[in-house]
Amino acid sequence: MLLQQLADGVATGAIYGALALAIVLVYRASRTLNFAQGELALLGAYVSWQLVAWGVPIWAAVIVSMAALAVLSVAAEKVLVRPLVKRHQALPLIIVTLGLMIAINALIGWAWTYQTKEVPPLFGSGTIDLLGVAVSRQDVGIVLTVLAVAIGLGILFEYTPLGLRMRAAISNPESAELSGISTGRTMSIGWAIAGGVGALAGTLIAPELFLHPGMMAPVLIYAFAAATLGGLDSPPGALVGGIVVGVVENLAGTYLPHGSDFKQVVALVIIVGVLLLRPQGIFGRREVVRV
Amino acid sequence: MSRLAVEISEAGYGPVTVLRDVELEVPEGGRLVILGANGAGKTSILRTISGLCRVSGSIRWGDAELVGAPPYRVAAAGIAHVPQGRGTFGDLTVRENLLVGGATRQRRTALADADRWLERFPRLGERASRAASGLSGGEQQLLAIARALMSAPRLLLLDEPSLGLAPKITVELFATLDELCAETGTAMLLVEQNAELALGIAEQAVILESGRITIRGPAAELRDNDDVRRAYLGV
Repeated sequence: MLLQQLADGVATGAIYGALALAIVLVYRASRTLNFAQGELALLGAYVSWQLVAWGVPIWAAVIVSMAALAVLSVAAEKVLVRPLVKRHQALPLIIVTLGLMIAINALIGWAWTYQTKEVPPLFGSGTIDLLGVAVSRQDVGIVLTVLAVAIGLGILFEYTPLGLRMRAAISNPESAELSGISTGRTMSIGWAIAGGVGALAGTLIAPELFLHPGMMAPVLIYAFAAATLGGLDSPPGALVGGIVVGVVENLAGTYLPHGSDFKQVVALVIIVGVLLLRPQGIFGRREVVRV
Repeated sequence: MSRLAVEISEAGYGPVTVLRDVELEVPEGGRLVILGANGAGKTSILRTISGLCRVSGSIRWGDAELVGAPPYRVAAAGIAHVPQGRGTFGDLTVRENLLVGGATRQRRTALADADRWLERFPRLGERASRAASGLSGGEQQLLAIARALMSAPRLLLLDEPSLGLAPKITVELFATLDELCAETGTAMLLVEQNAELALGIAEQAVILESGRITIRGPAAELRDNDDVRRAYLGV
């Protein structure tokens, strides 16, 4: 029972981690929280569903959806976000992402109605026996996919020239520009990756939560908790945070009295607790203010 | 020929105008120092050239016009800028800092060049895989200059390299700078508080007061000029 709960927690946690990763990538690129990240992921799930409905195999649908959302994220960044980043308007920027969240949600409701839709699991149905615990193939697939994405991004950031440019642009944007790096372009690439990863997360979680316009709202809360816990500027932190949040949420839901009613409180407790005790998160860097 | 010809009629930040009618020139391989009190607009001249300020006028670089070009294009055109304070990337390693400097060049050339710098400056070489933020002020400044030279620039813009450094370190740094630019024939446009040292390695000099150039001439002449000596050399 406990092992079963842990396994379920890790799988949903991997999804929270993936969405948290998208949030972190955008935060690193533009120093803003993108409240629309969940709805962008939702849109990705709908694009996947639509393609499947048109007869495209699910794996191809995911790839097309990721590409489409990457492009869309870049468009949103260029049109809505960059003008405000340039003028250092942090608060209006957050309001803009909130507006985008509401707009995308309404658009989805209008285009695909509010009725629940079924997305086929990318890794098929059925279970696998892991140490005596029956784990669904989809859950195993989710964990492995998210892990592969994380390792891929880790290699990109740490070992490639493009990754170096992106890290330089984050570390010291002005010196990066003065070294010949277009920080506008590295910012766009950050948003593109976030959009693609979000679309993947949305499509992976859709079979379990059932696709409807309200699907990603709770997931976004957990993802914010995960990103806060791991550290808003740390990609590995986002994943670890996601898995911790997923596991704690599952255990709380099972073992606390009335747990399933209070599941989302867990996310809130984590957010507030981290902000009080260790604002930079587990892996985050403390913001150094130079006087 | 890469000659820099600056004719700024007005430049500044947002609604604030800092520079008016500033004209100066750095010939191929030449060395010009800009002296002036704090707030005279010295830094703004460098920032204007690099595309970081609002500007009207003309900045010719060889045959190209730089006004309107974003900073990364100015850098790619062969003008490297070491900004005031720490021009380093604190959370990148020393070697990565150098590689960022070579971002506009071929990967293989950049890797070979980075190794060359690390060998040449053992203090950097020993710390090649450590975060740049752990270096001393002098080492960071040296790293910032090496990083700028990684792009094999034809012109180096230097903004107060002596800032925050001990006098002995500053003297060493200027000697290194002199040597490096002489070796590669890189032109230099230097902004500096330490007039004595700056006039020592420059060929030409201008003095900026409240956003305008008031005195200009060969560095050696300005060194002997009584007004300049009283105002900037503290004698």
